[in-house]
Amino acid sequence: MSDHRTALGGCQASGLVEISEAEARGMIAIRADLDNADLKRSLDAVVGAGVPAPGQVSDRARGQICWMSPDELLLMLPKAACDETLTRLRDDLVGQHALVEDMSDARAVFVLEGDHCRDVLAKISPADVRASVLSPGVIRRTRMGQVPAAFWLTREARAEVICFRSVARYVFDLLDAASSGPPLRMERPAAK
Amino acid sequence: MSTRLDAGGSRIDRAKPLTFSFNGKRLKGYEGDTLASALLANGQTLVGRSFKYHRPRGIVASGPEEPNALFNIGEGGTFEPNARATTTPLRGGLTVRSQNHWPSLEFDVGAINARLSRFLPAGFYYKMFIHPRSFWKHVYEPFIRQSAGLGQAPVDRDANRYEHAYAHTDVLVIGGGLSGLHAAHLAASAGADVMLLERETALGGRSVVDLASLDGGSPAAWVSQTAQSLASLANVTVKTATVASGLYDHGYVLADEALTSPQGLRSRLWRIRAKTVIVATGAIERPLSFAGNDRPGVMLASAVRDYLAGYGVSVGDRTVLVTNNDDGYRTALALVDAGLSVPAIIDARPEGGGSLADAAREKGIRIETGCGIAKVKGSKHVEGVAICRQAGEGAIVDDIACDCVAMSGGWSPAVHLWSHCGEKLVWNEQSVAFEPDPASSPTGADGTPNVFAAGLTVGSAEDCVSSASEAARAACGAIGLEIPRLVAPAVPVETAAPILAVWTMPQGAGPDLREKMWLDFQNDVKVSDVQLAAQEGFESVEHTKRYTTLGMATDQGKLSNINGLAILSKELDKPIPQVGTTTFRPPYQPLTMGSIGGEARGPLFQPVRQTPMHDWHDANGVVWEPVGHWRRPYAYPGKGETVEEAVAREVTTVRSGVGLLDASTLGKLIVKGPDAGTFLDLIYTNMMSTLKVGRCRYGLMCSENGFLMDDGVVARLSEDTFLCHTTSGGADRIHAHLEEWLQTEWWDLKVWVVNATEQYAQIAVVGPKAREILETLGGLDVSREALPFMGWMDGSLAGLPVRVFRISFSGELSYEIAVPAGLGRALWDRLLEAGEGHDIAPYGTEALHIMRAEKGFIMIGDETDGTVTPQDLGLHWAISKKKEDFIGKRGQMRSHMTAEDRWRLVGLETVDGQVLPDGAYAIGEGETENGQRRMIGRVTSTYMSPTLERGIAMGLVEHGPERMGEILDFPTTDGEIIQAKIVDPVFYDPEGERQDV
Repeated sequence: MSDHRTALGGCQASGLVEISEAEARGMIAIRADLDNADLKRSLDAVVGAGVPAPGQVSDRARGQICWMSPDELLLMLPKAACDETLTRLRDDLVGQHALVEDMSDARAVFVLEGDHCRDVLAKISPADVRASVLSPGVIRRTRMGQVPAAFWLTREARAEVICFRSVARYVFDLLDAASSGPPLRMERPAAK
Repeated sequence: MSTRLDAGGSRIDRAKPLTFSFNGKRLKGYEGDTLASALLANGQTLVGRSFKYHRPRGIVASGPEEPNALFNIGEGGTFEPNARATTTPLRGGLTVRSQNHWPSLEFDVGAINARLSRFLPAGFYYKMFIHPRSFWKHVYEPFIRQSAGLGQAPVDRDANRYEHAYAHTDVLVIGGGLSGLHAAHLAASAGADVMLLERETALGGRSVVDLASLDGGSPAAWVSQTAQSLASLANVTVKTATVASGLYDHGYVLADEALTSPQGLRSRLWRIRAKTVIVATGAIERPLSFAGNDRPGVMLASAVRDYLAGYGVSVGDRTVLVTNNDDGYRTALALVDAGLSVPAIIDARPEGGGSLADAAREKGIRIETGCGIAKVKGSKHVEGVAICRQAGEGAIVDDIACDCVAMSGGWSPAVHLWSHCGEKLVWNEQSVAFEPDPASSPTGADGTPNVFAAGLTVGSAEDCVSSASEAARAACGAIGLEIPRLVAPAVPVETAAPILAVWTMPQGAGPDLREKMWLDFQNDVKVSDVQLAAQEGFESVEHTKRYTTLGMATDQGKLSNINGLAILSKELDKPIPQVGTTTFRPPYQPLTMGSIGGEARGPLFQPVRQTPMHDWHDANGVVWEPVGHWRRPYAYPGKGETVEEAVAREVTTVRSGVGLLDASTLGKLIVKGPDAGTFLDLIYTNMMSTLKVGRCRYGLMCSENGFLMDDGVVARLSEDTFLCHTTSGGADRIHAHLEEWLQTEWWDLKVWVVNATEQYAQIAVVGPKAREILETLGGLDVSREALPFMGWMDGSLAGLPVRVFRISFSGELSYEIAVPAGLGRALWDRLLEAGEGHDIAPYGTEALHIMRAEKGFIMIGDETDGTVTPQDLGLHWAISKKKEDFIGKRGQMRSHMTAEDRWRLVGLETVDGQVLPDGAYAIGEGETENGQRRMIGRVTSTYMSPTLERGIAMGLVEHGPERMGEILDFPTTDGEIIQAKIVDPVFYDPEGERQDV
């Protein structure tokens, strides 16, 4: 669909880290009882992973399942597979009390790459981003500056940030500003 | 005079000279200098004029307690007033100007105030400036505004950048002196994540100046070795030049890091969550209160040796030391070791000092015990001191010539941060100081102590080390860690004689001397002022502070606090602990507004929410309207068109042809589940469960008090799924409202809610030609039969997946088309293209508002303000009589909610066609019980209607609907009265024929 646009059309910036707006991806919001066996089965069939533990992302080649709250998941997958997956999940959960909704266009996704990912995140989010706490596979729903956002590390030195589409410009500028200053641990103590 | 010595100065690099300008003079300094040390090195001992009496003032201290040396520094975008010289690192090319004098620092006309000082006592302002009443606004306030404040306000926009940073740590150590370094080292050895903050650019604190040795070597070597060892550990972060400014509940700490970065970043505000905090903030030396203690050349004894040791600067050739404790002797010893002269040590204690006094005596320094300074000679600089007996009234026993007086009145632990959470202090009679109460400390979220004091005591180096060990052990213990080996550096042993509490010098000083004893240098508060306050009945230390302004300046009483309350205690005949201290509040040192704001300035000041069509609007001459955080198009003025003309054109375009509205900001909540209908029946005032799939219904939501809080169209998507539209500003609030009821009250209802507001762009195609436009796009049957009024359908338009709602807020034929947000711009472009031949034009929120007002449709926030019920607005039809319950039903049954004299909605038509002012009140007969004119209604919406070519308005009027045809008087703010007739609020197409075609 060449008509489709991401919020910022693939903006990029370079500083402490490389920042880029990711290409459009499929995002499906699921609200359900996370212990629901049909849900687990269906997710396993679609992504190859079950319901992640609280605060975790199940990262598979076919997609990622993010734990958003005790009754909400966010499934991310290639845009091309979105419609089919949406139908599949809805079919699998017919008769169950579950909400499966396409939210692919509701958010913007930014990718941060570089050694100072944690520094950039720590400048604009109150979340604890120490390596001992934010390891790859952990998702933090938090705020960035004055808006809600979430992020996780796909691996060391690579983070993904999601925010609502309407504030994509604000979040991008915020990331860029944080990335334009010196790193946090630059200074070393000097003795008298 | 002060000067730079040939040798010495551990902090400066003599190989790196810098130049700067002071009041236009070019001066030299070295890298590593503070502004204060550089000024002293250039013989500049006169640095400013005092606030009230414009007395000449010099540098008193070497740290953040400095009250006098405040300057305007920098120029243009980097100009900064009230920069404290003692904490400002010298930069090459810096422009420095002294403050609070006219015409010059050396000759200041305002110094006449000093002559008038007997007429300017404490409370002078309160006593003087209230009579006569009218003088306040026109005479006193302008005068005070002109003379108040020390520095100038910046004129230019701040050219610096700022940022915040968040940190989380197990143990936060505040203070990088002996205690802090030791505690950090121990905590790190236990495996804790440690963050150490030091306000100075170098670690070590007083230890490198004051201790003869540390751990068997030089203190500097120990500090350097400890710093290196900490730096090598991955679990330790050390931040120098970082001032902890506040310690809040549950281990939250704010700290400001000074930066000089190539990116123009000036400071970084750290917001730290620490599991435990060790406060190792050291102590601040107290001045002594003797006559003339504010003369340039009188300095804290510790500052004199700081300038000597750190910067190779001598404050004077001949220094008289005056002290009431042993520590002051260090200054005399250091000065003599540097080859300078100490004509005498004046020790107020009859028995003199301990081992340090012996060392001074061995060096042949004259020591006068039981003595004090009667007064300081010299006006713009110290020329000598007159000596008296401390026990007496000030009879002069000797005169000593000198150009510097080093004073030590004892030390006060810097308990500020410790006390920020409201912790109590105890008065230590032996050390004559307030110290943390060991029985009480700030607590964490679990109620157990999480803040520990290290070295917050007046004692020996050994005391500091042992208290730091204990603090580290306790802090680690609180988070379940153990320090493997409690090592401690060896410190030299001294035998100190006890301090003597000296609050005035001499103790029996008469009024003439007390009038010249300064307590608060920055705010010009003297011993006599505090005594006067006590005589006038001020007993509380907090009231005395505000009456005399003691401790209220930018130094927040770091020097004056204890001396002032001791004077008050004496005057009230109450012991010091009973008088107590004033409250310590953040920030410890002043923070700049830039630092507090951080990155939130310019485009990042506030998030702006943008719709998928934002860029198009921006490129097409839009005038924006803020709606919540959204920016919505208000109107699109064309070339040579005013905004008013554009709005009128847009209305006419829609009424006669077709217009396009970006409605993407409307809230879109998806409500799904077997109980969704039941749930929405409770949420809305009208019945939603009966809505047919494929149909839309306008609904109202009330608060539990029965007041109208939001409205919008609900579409039933399937048996168990509804799409609820909310107002643009209401989406997040209503989403939260639904979640709250579901989570806390109706948790047994099987309903899920998702906020899909941002998933869709929504475009309203409105006007008699709307259907033609959609038909041009093709793909969907949008005929009246296929898609009737208040229906919706899914389908494809111009190849895009859409959901089309036939709803109208304008009274015209109208389609609202939802499309995934990423396709919003494509649909917008195609609609414009399809409408080219029909003169399609976008319209903004003002045209939208006018058209809805012409139709008598209410707007949340205009017709409602949180005190208006649906019944007030004539919306009875939207309130179900059949439903057992809904939110607000009970509230609406209360007597005053059903009272027949409530103000109710009507239309208002001005007699002469002009536009009523928004918010104008209609006046009735008589007066209220408050003697005010009785009001009987007010305007809630008012516009110039291009359709009707006259002013139209809606308003709430007492008995309004029963008074059709009556004329009301609306006085305007300039006294004119506008008359308006009460009419039906539906001005246009009352039968609704146009929207249902």
